[in-house]
Amino acid sequence: MSTAALSAAARTRADADQVRAGERSARNRNNRIGWAFVAPFVVVFVMFLIWPLIHGFYLSFTGESITGANGEIIGFANYAEALRDPIMWRSLLNTLWFTVLSTIPLVVVALVLALLVHQGLPGQWLWRLSFFMPFLLASTVAAQIWIWMYNPQLGLVNYLLGAVGVDPVAWLQDPTWAMFAVVIMTTWWTVGFNFLLYLTALQNIPEQQYEASALDGAGRWRQLRSITVPQLGPVTVLIAMLQILASLKVFDQIYVMTNGGPAGVTRPVVMYIFETGFTGYRFGYASAIAYIFFALIVIISIGQVRLTSRRSA
Amino acid sequence: MTAIATQPTTRPTVHHPRGRFAERAGLRIGERFASPGRIGALVALVVLAVLWLLPFLWALVTSFKSETDAAATPVSFFPKDGFTTQAYTNVLQQGNIPLWTWNSLITATAVTVITLVVSALAAYGFSRLDFAGRRWLFWGMIASIIIPPQVLIVPLFYEMLTLNLVDTYWAIILPQVVAPAMVFILKKFFDQVPVELEDAARIDGAGRLRVFWSIVLPLSRPILAAVSIFVFIAAWNNFLWPFIATSDSSLMTLPVGLQTVKSAYGLQYAQVMASAVLAAIPLVVVFLFFQRQIIRGFATTGFGGQ
Repeated sequence: MSTAALSAAARTRADADQVRAGERSARNRNNRIGWAFVAPFVVVFVMFLIWPLIHGFYLSFTGESITGANGEIIGFANYAEALRDPIMWRSLLNTLWFTVLSTIPLVVVALVLALLVHQGLPGQWLWRLSFFMPFLLASTVAAQIWIWMYNPQLGLVNYLLGAVGVDPVAWLQDPTWAMFAVVIMTTWWTVGFNFLLYLTALQNIPEQQYEASALDGAGRWRQLRSITVPQLGPVTVLIAMLQILASLKVFDQIYVMTNGGPAGVTRPVVMYIFETGFTGYRFGYASAIAYIFFALIVIISIGQVRLTSRRSA
Repeated sequence: MTAIATQPTTRPTVHHPRGRFAERAGLRIGERFASPGRIGALVALVVLAVLWLLPFLWALVTSFKSETDAAATPVSFFPKDGFTTQAYTNVLQQGNIPLWTWNSLITATAVTVITLVVSALAAYGFSRLDFAGRRWLFWGMIASIIIPPQVLIVPLFYEMLTLNLVDTYWAIILPQVVAPAMVFILKKFFDQVPVELEDAARIDGAGRLRVFWSIVLPLSRPILAAVSIFVFIAAWNNFLWPFIATSDSSLMTLPVGLQTVKSAYGLQYAQVMASAVLAAIPLVVVFLFFQRQIIRGFATTGFGGQ
């Protein structure tokens, strides 16, 4: 080969190398910038979510107490004990029962309220305020109000019942009624969120559909059946799914109103985790219960995703 | 701004053929003002609204009763001895409500600001930038939304003990700053902001941060407002974690402090209700001021609709 050709070949190789080096440095720059943007999030994410998740899992295999004593690995002993623990099973049952009892009204009532408000009757701000405002209350505030509402001798509920001739009920002290009392309170308290979701969905239905049907002579009921309800399917599924997951995690209002009683009939799983860890001081055992609960949540979430994807498939 | 999605308004784009009064009254075409359907709906609304407001009113009325009146049988809705602010004076003098309100204000504001900054930066990174491991990180973050915070209370407390942060504001604030759902919502929004708007500035040499700050953020005001409000409300009302993280009464947030009131006041119903009313006021005021943003926030987050 001639020297000219050799140096020409060398020049192309050098050019190619330079281009590749340029690409690499651009990629590196992109990497650095990209990671710089997500870095703050990654730091808190790892520190306050990932690390506790892993550490909690590890703790569930130890007998560790709140003081740090007994930190040796004891294998699956915690899980075995949890699966034999009648209180654990009872609290799981309570949680599932609460979820079933609360999800239905929290979806249906929210829908009814949204449909009524969406009719466009005057006083919109008043309706929205009335139904959504309880959602803004802290759990302890709402719970205190309802403890007072449910007071057997002095509360408003028994007062109103008495006005229609019904005997007073010891709502929060009676094992038969305690869970229902909690569900009623929860419905009042949190329906506002689902209500707004439904309201938003209703507002997304184009007004032209109603106008067109009205020109064809459709009244409100017909419009409701044929236009509104069919288009609320997806958002109803979403609201129900969110509600189920939220209800499974219940703690605050039950802790404040009944403290899990009477006789443990309202105690949810999260409260049992809390009691075991922070009243009983058994961090290891509490973590095991927490992970059993977590497994339940994951299973139900996966079930929900599969259910909805099969429907849309 | 045509490329940025706006949510449909409730009013029809074509004016009502019967005029603005019919439009404002929400009449459908061909519908009479006092049709039985509308009257029925209005009655139902009034009944339900009264039902929903009743607990508030009951708490309010009780708080203005004297203690003997509140505990008197037979029960009457209104006070027999007239209205009094005795309960409020007692609660404010003896209790810690102003202190707890202050603690709530500090922690909720800190959580909101930090969450917003951290999440918006991350969301922009995910939306605009391609970096090694991006896919893994993003989907890992999405998957973490499933993790209930209640599962982490034990190891988180352990961590706060180790970091020596128990009974400090930071113990309350830091775990609440992790908000993968907000990052997701913000990213979805940023994805819709046209890249061309940034290209002009970038060609002129502006760095990514500059572009983010000067171009993307100003366009994102609605979503930033919505996220701020959600996060603030959740942080203000958070009970379980602040309850665990603080045992010092001077650091408690309002919901936590209120829980201790239950045992302190015991059977003094008027005072318990007075403290509940006082605790309820801040967010109700927030709602009254930001009603439109809150409701618009629900629409912007993309929850509604098909």
